[in-house]
Amino acid sequence: MTVTIGAPLRRKEDPRFLTGTAHYVDDITLPGMAHAAVLRSPYAHANIRSIDTSRAVAMPGVLGVFTGTDFMEYNPLPMAWPAGGSAGLQNNVNTPRILATDSVKWTGEGVAAVVAETREQAFDALEAIHVEWEPLPAVVDAEQATQPGAPQLHENAPNNVVFTWTVGDRDGTDRAFAEAEVIVRQRLVNQRLIPNPMEVRGDVGRYDPASGEYTIWMSSQTPHIQRLLLAAFVMGVPEHKIRVIAPDVGGGFGAKIYCYADYAMVLGLSKKLAGRPVKWVETRRESYGSTTHGRDHITYLEVAAKRDGEVTGLRVKTYANLGGRLSTIGPGIPTTLYGRLLAGPYRFPNVWCEVVGVYTNTTFVDAYRGAGRPEATYVLERAMDLLADELGIDPAEIRRRNFLPPDAFPYRNPSGLGRAPNGAEILIDSGNYEPALDKALAIAGYERLDEAKAEARGRDKYLGAGLSTYLEVCGVAPSKWIGAVGEGWGAAMWESANIRVHLTGKIVLTIGTSSHGQGHETTMAQIVAGELGVPVEDVIVQHSDTQGTPFGYGTYGSRSAAVGGTAAQLAAGKVKEKAKRLAAHLLEASPDDIVYESGKLYVRGSPDRAKTIQEIAFAIDLGFDLPAGMEPYLDETAYYDAPNCTFPFGTHVAIVEVDEGTGAVDLVRYIAVDDVGNRINPLIVEGQIHGGIAQGVGQALWEGAVYGENGALLSGSMLDYALPRASWLPDLELDQTVTPSPTNPLGVKGVGETGTIASTPAVVNAVVDALSPLGIRHIDMPLTPARVWAAMQQAKG
Amino acid sequence: MRRSVALTVNGQARTVEVEPRTMLVQALRDGLGLTGTHVGCDTSQCGACTVLMDGMAVKSCTVLAVQADGSAVTTIEGMAHDGELHPLQDAFWENHGLQCGFCTPGMIMTAADLLAGNPDPTDTEIRHALEGNFCRCTGYQNIVKSIRAAAEQMRAASVGGGGQAS
Ligand code: FES
Ligand code: FES
Repeated sequence: MTVTIGAPLRRKEDPRFLTGTAHYVDDITLPGMAHAAVLRSPYAHANIRSIDTSRAVAMPGVLGVFTGTDFMEYNPLPMAWPAGGSAGLQNNVNTPRILATDSVKWTGEGVAAVVAETREQAFDALEAIHVEWEPLPAVVDAEQATQPGAPQLHENAPNNVVFTWTVGDRDGTDRAFAEAEVIVRQRLVNQRLIPNPMEVRGDVGRYDPASGEYTIWMSSQTPHIQRLLLAAFVMGVPEHKIRVIAPDVGGGFGAKIYCYADYAMVLGLSKKLAGRPVKWVETRRESYGSTTHGRDHITYLEVAAKRDGEVTGLRVKTYANLGGRLSTIGPGIPTTLYGRLLAGPYRFPNVWCEVVGVYTNTTFVDAYRGAGRPEATYVLERAMDLLADELGIDPAEIRRRNFLPPDAFPYRNPSGLGRAPNGAEILIDSGNYEPALDKALAIAGYERLDEAKAEARGRDKYLGAGLSTYLEVCGVAPSKWIGAVGEGWGAAMWESANIRVHLTGKIVLTIGTSSHGQGHETTMAQIVAGELGVPVEDVIVQHSDTQGTPFGYGTYGSRSAAVGGTAAQLAAGKVKEKAKRLAAHLLEASPDDIVYESGKLYVRGSPDRAKTIQEIAFAIDLGFDLPAGMEPYLDETAYYDAPNCTFPFGTHVAIVEVDEGTGAVDLVRYIAVDDVGNRINPLIVEGQIHGGIAQGVGQALWEGAVYGENGALLSGSMLDYALPRASWLPDLELDQTVTPSPTNPLGVKGVGETGTIASTPAVVNAVVDALSPLGIRHIDMPLTPARVWAAMQQAKG
Repeated sequence: MRRSVALTVNGQARTVEVEPRTMLVQALRDGLGLTGTHVGCDTSQCGACTVLMDGMAVKSCTVLAVQADGSAVTTIEGMAHDGELHPLQDAFWENHGLQCGFCTPGMIMTAADLLAGNPDPTDTEIRHALEGNFCRCTGYQNIVKSIRAAAEQMRAASVGGGGQAS
């Protein structure tokens, strides 16, 4: 039998991307299609006194100019993930409307829309709209926004606080600090990032006046969720009236999970134009204000420990910047996905975490690759290095000393991952951390670093190595836990898969998750082909159209393989079962005596009389001769609700050289040993790790959204926002350990985010290690030459 | 205001009506329906729009359509011949040099330009040649690997067949 699961197959979906025949949203042209453009606020904080559209309406090609008041039939966008929902925690919610009506809260918030015959005409007309503004003072820093006297954004949010959320054991942690032999403290800034998928967002909306039905093509990671949110919360129409299609999607990294105002806008505009389709595609600069940002935490970190390096307590206070209004799951990221994971792979007996969610005059903030977990890992891995430095213990040794041992699982972590009022629990199911650490250290030549450091000094460089021994949580999430903690969509998080074996012999799998680069069309086919014993070419995977695929919660949180892949596997199991029953009928045997092997079915002992799965499917599909009670057609659906999350872990090592003269950091080697469980397609898995690392390194060294005091986005274009380039990165050295997840039958964990989560602290730790001879113990990211140079000068006095 | 621009696109003579301000990328995408060339930015940074103009890689978002009048333009749609993928396309496929695929056409066109002038580039040279092309998905590693593999294949083909591989 051909091995399909575990095979590094080239991707089935690639030919269309390689030949320029893929279809992204902007590639769609419909008959009669009009083009929309949005006028965005030049101010970070201002009241709108009036908007005069009269000149714009008269411009060539303009079909209509609309403002917020033209969309009052639609509700403000939903906020679906409150912090600590079932705990009754107050979330002072303010979400965007389709277009702002009275005031704007950040540079780039939409205030008016033009629809015209061409995109250029729409842009030209934007310039003829006159808005009378009343500028207001702005605040962009989350900590400052909570201080007395700060500009206030929303009446219902005094001191700009969205929520104050806590987790852990306060008294126990206080005691641990009272009794601590050593305490280290550090203020850490986890800077704001702009996700920057290479394809910006955009939509084509079409309203059918005859049926009252809407169709929208959108660049989204979550088409089913968007239909639900648009129907139930924004537009107030039943779900069946909306069809959402995510065509080829050019990357997402979290930014395309949410319910954005432009969805209802293009549908509403199409309705206003009596059904002419309307396309809106953001420009890149526009995107920086109309699509979510990520991270942006200010954290006060305290670690309590014994002199021998054993950690006894972790206390964290974080100000999480959520922007001017809330995005769909903004509050969930710095709470559930951050605070609850702060203990990481270490045995912290006590953890206390307080998170203040804050409004500021900045673009809204939501999940960006890793979503909360990179922020938690950064805090924790910096903490380990700070403690190691304080105690004069090697960073590898201090981690080893505090790792959860392999017999600790299932493990109930102290930062509240596990506890939900209804008894539903998330326990860390498995782990074996030291082998990954050992392997990474061996590859890095960790023992011989002193020689390398001395050699580098001879070239006026400082060489340093940094570790990150991360633990992450993927495969979100058991619905019962989500329901019980009241955190999450307020709904569920299972996945679905349907398999139909066509009369013409192909096996068609439709899924509820949605690919935007991850290779679902290959990976999912490998799972089903493996289960059914057929060639991968015979399995066709379809996704991302709410009409024709079963409901699913979409792709984020590294959940597609662990949750969606398991659903596909279960559906294949059902197909096999039904096929066996028919084979038994045709071969006049009991189903228990039917052997299913390599895509063939036969009575035990008589493989010569085997029938292929296609022959059986043909017979079932025709239904000429079925056993009593069997329905025709080989068509099976499975829904899979995971009993637990999955817990990838590993060790990354960064080796850097810092130039003494310029402060420039050169990442000279990067070693990643990841344990993501079984690998369905190693080629795809490694690709995910590469890309993830590049993004995490980007945060450590180059990327950062910078606002001026008045709220202007200074890093407002790709020219100003430093994305990693090919020549800035070394060849990444990958290896693995394999501890299969006991949670799902595939033994997979998820790999979409590990690289991003692990790499940022590894690189920062390496730079700090390099500069430790100067007495430097911390520099905030991004570690640009200017910042590093300044820190070096300060240290040298 | 509109004027007509004559181009040889992927070997075929085409004319397209444009405004003076129309960029080549718009002429290709909207005028000629060749949507394989992408737009990823508005500051000439990302390289998603890269095409070959008279054999040289250019960012088609930064070239006015009227500037291209009379030129021969090759886009990603013109790389495969008679259903046979170009060695670069093949190598990107074999080496998982793409994920979301959005940057891929630009990467392949840039690489075609590189290999035309340097049939045996080092990794450093490849990475340097990709300075003007962003990829947010792959971390570039498999793109570099793909280009190296394609170069090898093209060298072998030109030695073996004595002809031009591109
Ligand atoms: S579209 Fe980004 S460089 Fe041309
Ligand atoms: S493959 Fe997605 S941007 Fe390169």
